[in-house]
Amino acid sequence: MITFPWQRARALRAHGVLGMNQRNGDFIARVNPRRLYPLVDDKVRTKTLAQAAGIQVPELYGLIAIQHQVLDLPKLLEGREDFVVKPVNGSGGNGVLVIVGRRKGRYRKASGAQLTEDELEHHVSNTLSGLYSLGGQPDAAMIEYRVKVDPVFEPISHQGVPDLRTVVYKGYPVLAMVRLPTALSDGKANLHQGAIGAGIDIATGLTGRGVWRNEVIDEHIDTGNPITGVQVPQWETLLELAARCYDISGLGYLGVDFVLDRDFGPMMLEMNARPGLNIQIANQTGLLPRLATVDAHGRQGASVAERVAFAQERFGRA
Amino acid sequence: MLILCLLLVTAGGSLFLYKWLDLGVPIKADNAIGAWTVEARIRFSAQSGKPVKVRFAVPLRPPGFALLDETFVSSGYGLSTAVQDGDREALWAIRRARGEQELYYQAVVYPARDTAQSTGSRPPSVEPPQFSDAQAAVVASLVEQIRAHSADIATFAVETLQRLGARDNSDINLLLTGDDSPQRRAEVAAGILATANIAARPVYGFQLQKEGRRLPLLTRLEVHNGERWLSLDPLSGAQGQPDDFLVWSRGKPPLRDSDGVRHLRLEFSAAENTYEALAAARQRAAERGSLALQFSLLSLPVQMQMVYRVVLTMPLGALIIVLLRNVVGIKAFGTFAPILIALAFRETRLLNGILLFTGIVALGLGARFYMERLKLLLVPRLASVLTVVVLMMAMLSVLTYQLGIGAGLSVALFPMVILTMTIERMSIGWEEAGPREALQQAGGSLLAASLAYLVMTERQVQHLVFMFPELLLIVLAITLAMGRYTGYRLTELRRFKALAG
Repeated sequence: MITFPWQRARALRAHGVLGMNQRNGDFIARVNPRRLYPLVDDKVRTKTLAQAAGIQVPELYGLIAIQHQVLDLPKLLEGREDFVVKPVNGSGGNGVLVIVGRRKGRYRKASGAQLTEDELEHHVSNTLSGLYSLGGQPDAAMIEYRVKVDPVFEPISHQGVPDLRTVVYKGYPVLAMVRLPTALSDGKANLHQGAIGAGIDIATGLTGRGVWRNEVIDEHIDTGNPITGVQVPQWETLLELAARCYDISGLGYLGVDFVLDRDFGPMMLEMNARPGLNIQIANQTGLLPRLATVDAHGRQGASVAERVAFAQERFGRA
Repeated sequence: MLILCLLLVTAGGSLFLYKWLDLGVPIKADNAIGAWTVEARIRFSAQSGKPVKVRFAVPLRPPGFALLDETFVSSGYGLSTAVQDGDREALWAIRRARGEQELYYQAVVYPARDTAQSTGSRPPSVEPPQFSDAQAAVVASLVEQIRAHSADIATFAVETLQRLGARDNSDINLLLTGDDSPQRRAEVAAGILATANIAARPVYGFQLQKEGRRLPLLTRLEVHNGERWLSLDPLSGAQGQPDDFLVWSRGKPPLRDSDGVRHLRLEFSAAENTYEALAAARQRAAERGSLALQFSLLSLPVQMQMVYRVVLTMPLGALIIVLLRNVVGIKAFGTFAPILIALAFRETRLLNGILLFTGIVALGLGARFYMERLKLLLVPRLASVLTVVVLMMAMLSVLTYQLGIGAGLSVALFPMVILTMTIERMSIGWEEAGPREALQQAGGSLLAASLAYLVMTERQVQHLVFMFPELLLIVLAITLAMGRYTGYRLTELRRFKALAG
């Protein structure tokens, strides 16, 4: 049977799927004041903000803001076996370079590919000239601690660290997923680059089925291990941390990314003022009913604990 | 918001209806097709302290056309016109002028076949030609030879032109003095014919085939056969004047002489317009004291009108981009880059434009991938890609010209910078998100550009927005309304397919 566009649209509407236009027009434009964007677009500021609030973040090894400093790169990296290079104003995981080890003056990526000193410097220079930044403005590159995979996620991630994305609306965590790197995504946890997204039950922290590209899957495509029913450790702490990000950023519609470090526990990677919509696919559920629930029953000024309890009660998987 | 939209629609709509129904401004593009507004623009800088005089020929009974309306625009200048031997001159003069000066002559002409004879049937006096002694000797022997090879005045003229076409002949070179242009040939031929006592003169004008700015001045040769003037092509000798050739001046080029001026530049432009229906509308507006047409775009100089014909369609292009992005949800490079590409397509036509765009982007992408290996910094890399793009365009133009394909020639205005940015973004997209995504975006850009092109170049659309710019208020209202469209994009219906069941 042929599905006409309007029939499909009605079906999506019935399932409460949030579209790009509505996200931009009805939510981001309404609850995310423009002036707050720099707080989350600039990852160094986000880091400082989080640290001030007592939220753990990967340690910043150094910041390269001008071309001349690229020459100091070898000195900066002295004694560091592994690290991550990131554009300060990057988006969508573009320009993130993960170095897992060194040998004979060459840097090794998670995939095993090798980089020469020159190539690394070129990458940093590109970052400075704004190649990966939002809107292409000149940028800075930060070099930070490389997060080590928590044993729980080891069987279901390929050469990278899964991250936990939570959409927080007016301080209430409404939807969460874990993004699992694959060989295709080159160790990165971005869905559009080929990572797997698996929904997480807000109430329990148990993972559900995953989505890779447009397929629904139950096993990791590289390792073959089941991705469903995995208990995310310290789930409640993670929810509380995510909820707190609302208080420190002031953004009403917010995506927060956490990682679980083997040694340090939950660490915040970044916040996003325009979080993507794929999280709905990963969870096989639309955002709109949950956003409406928060609008109708959420209370302004509720404490973090109250908000997390509310979310766990309302948004648990039935 | 809704009120604002309604207000805009009402304002735009009612002005449109008033102009259409009440004043009778034509809404169809092809009403009274064939009337042309032609314009000559003379620009120069005045030498300070000296009186300025510019003598310039203006059309007089151009064969095949009727002159409807004339305007001389020259603030502060004294103007006089004189007619002599089927040729009319305007003399602009001023005692003192400073800086850049502009003089305009504007006329509305329309094709009128029956006036073809009115160029004067009385055989004019023959002016003695000006040749040096050596040239005169060559001419004398030429006239003998030509006379032997011709039967009447027409064949004599054709034979003359054919002989002037013999390039390697040293006698001919002596006459043409190394200048093999059609203009020179027509002038020399007129001289030779005069020596043989045949009335002949070069005429100057241009082709009205297409609207344009900076129309090139062309030359033809007119020969009087005792009854009427014959028009000949100075290169081929073919007889008969093309339908759309407007004779501007006779005997001498339009710009005659000037005093006290420097950097004299002359430009011709022409625009097709709907004069007759419009003239009636204007008259009606004037009778009722309506200002609606007095302050219309038609009161602008032709050159500016031509620009606005294009500029006014841009909001429509933008609206299409809005629809494609927010309702359909296609991906494209840059927000309005597709509009600029669409504007470039105007020069090349759609198919050629698409081929050109794809070709250059593909080649540029190759160059860009090579540069990736050189590890250049961003700005120098962009500059290098730009240089490569420009060189490729130049090569392509030469190549297509050599192959006799005209399309390559008009690419000069193709937006190199946009191409460069497209190449850069595409190569980054290629590496970051894979070829699929990059090709999708490039395809999206092309699709958007093509659609925008089709709408923006549609004659009827151009006519409507030019005659009724108030329609853009309605376009604005639609665009504003689209700004609050929060429904799904068509591509999202596919993207979220898994969630619909």
